[in-house]
Amino acid sequence: MASASTVAPTRRDFLFIATGAMAAVGAAAVVWPLINQMSPDASTLAMASTEVDIGSIPEGQIVTIKWRGKPVFLSHRTKKEIEEAQNVDVATLRDPQPDSARVKKPEWLIVIGVCTHLGCIPLGHEGEYGGWFCPCHGSVYDTSGRIRKGPAPLNLAVPDYAFLTDTKVRIG
Amino acid sequence: MHGHSTFEPKNGLVKWLEARLPILSFMHGSFVAYPTPKNLNYWWTFGAILSFMLIAQIITGVVLTMHYTPESTMAFASVEKIMRDVNWGWMLRYAHANGASMFFFAVYIHMFRGIYYGSYKAPREVLWILGVIIFLLMMATGFMGYVLPWGQMSFWGATVITNLFSAIPLVGDQITVWLWGGYSVDNPTLNRFFALHYLLPFIIVAVVGLHVWALHVVGQNNPDGVEVKDVDKDTVPFTPHATMKDSLGLAVFLLLYAWFIFFIPNYLGDADNYIQANPMKTPPHIVPEWYFLPFYAILRSIPNKLAGVIAMFSAIAVLAFLPWLDTSKVRSAKYRPIYKVFFWIFAATAIGLGYLGAMPPEGGYVLTARILSVAYFSFFLIVLPLLGLFEKTKPVPPTIADAVLAKHGSASSVAAGAASAPHTKG
Repeated sequence: MASASTVAPTRRDFLFIATGAMAAVGAAAVVWPLINQMSPDASTLAMASTEVDIGSIPEGQIVTIKWRGKPVFLSHRTKKEIEEAQNVDVATLRDPQPDSARVKKPEWLIVIGVCTHLGCIPLGHEGEYGGWFCPCHGSVYDTSGRIRKGPAPLNLAVPDYAFLTDTKVRIG
Repeated sequence: MHGHSTFEPKNGLVKWLEARLPILSFMHGSFVAYPTPKNLNYWWTFGAILSFMLIAQIITGVVLTMHYTPESTMAFASVEKIMRDVNWGWMLRYAHANGASMFFFAVYIHMFRGIYYGSYKAPREVLWILGVIIFLLMMATGFMGYVLPWGQMSFWGATVITNLFSAIPLVGDQITVWLWGGYSVDNPTLNRFFALHYLLPFIIVAVVGLHVWALHVVGQNNPDGVEVKDVDKDTVPFTPHATMKDSLGLAVFLLLYAWFIFFIPNYLGDADNYIQANPMKTPPHIVPEWYFLPFYAILRSIPNKLAGVIAMFSAIAVLAFLPWLDTSKVRSAKYRPIYKVFFWIFAATAIGLGYLGAMPPEGGYVLTARILSVAYFSFFLIVLPLLGLFEKTKPVPPTIADAVLAKHGSASSVAAGAASAPHTKG
């Protein structure tokens, strides 16, 4: 066997490797459905978007709606809250993002209400920045939903959304 | 190891079976004639206690599945139905839920016993690592089982723990969505957790089989940490000696278990879990089951998501490296005066972390948890490697028989041979 490496590859070597490679592909093809079955199914994917009437939300109130099984916060921000969100030195933030990149209209902040640490739902109008406070592990978000303090690494995520009219938003 | 007596069947049917499948002689060699060190103390009964708990959990679990519905709108109600309508349902569920706690209680004692007496050292490294794997499988099983009643703490505990995987760089979010089968913990998650919760105990049974196999290859460690040199002088047969000792240990353990089931069945649970899961409302204070608290405290003590998750998993993984981190040639803490002190500091650290894991993550609790997390890892990564180099150990007895005689001071029992030895203890 030791001398085998010095001999030129034979037809048998080629067939051996080709058969082995085919078996590996076959095994992968069998395993993939077993793994992929756990991904979100068609009915879950179908619930991708939802429409919300925001006309009834007064200034200064946060409304929570359910989208893809998760809460989405629709915050009708006051002038003070907008100013606070805008007058922050972006360079000092953990996940630097200006407020303008997180809203389509300054008075409406729409974010996914899931703490980016470990998925709890933060409480609105709480914490020292007047935004959200997560009761699980103490993350603090500002009025733009940006992480300011605590263990969470990222700002509250902004979902895809569009203003259909002045009082109607489609999320997703 | 070599047994005390051999299996010699007289019965014709047994002889017939023996020639075809020698299972009876295997059982006899493993549980009757198997030589156990004669100096074992009651801390060694937890292996048998754990075997009992595993079987008890499987039996109560199988009968509970006959009444439980793994569907997110019906799961909570089906558990309440078990509690109120199913014959003996309340007892079976309390036995299963408290059984998980008792199982972890026993496994922690079993692990601390191994650490105290150096049971992980050569040639028992594989035996120890198999134990760490069983511990991990138990944690996964316990976690998924806790999700099944679909209460508030089930749901939010599942949310927090599955979100740990979102800390993985690049693919974390995809992995989390894959684990959920959706965009949050929901019915698909409950379904798969139920399937895995039913599967994993049987995998634990298989790994326990390997654990016992490895144990029977290398033999049991013992309180003096010296290997068996003479089977006749150093050991006694498993039956009746270990069998009886294990039975008494188990009986006392069952008293505690029964006390929990019948008198304080909800003491270790969380009241929030009697509220049905609500994906729109996080309870103000999320606490995992008590047996996860030390690791949860380590997770929370680090103010960075990825680093916290890595620290938490490392706290478990470091156990697997124990055989190589401990550089001392002496096994038992009995002959390691300084190690003994550090062992108890470590035990207090682990319990302290458990306490802090249940407290809110604020102020002094966070600082203390940080100090104790450092202490936890220092034990493994600094104390154990260095202690082997600097510690002056006490003289180790040459044999187990010498250790027993030094304690009880009679030479006659050695000559009398293995079978009669324990009677001198009185």
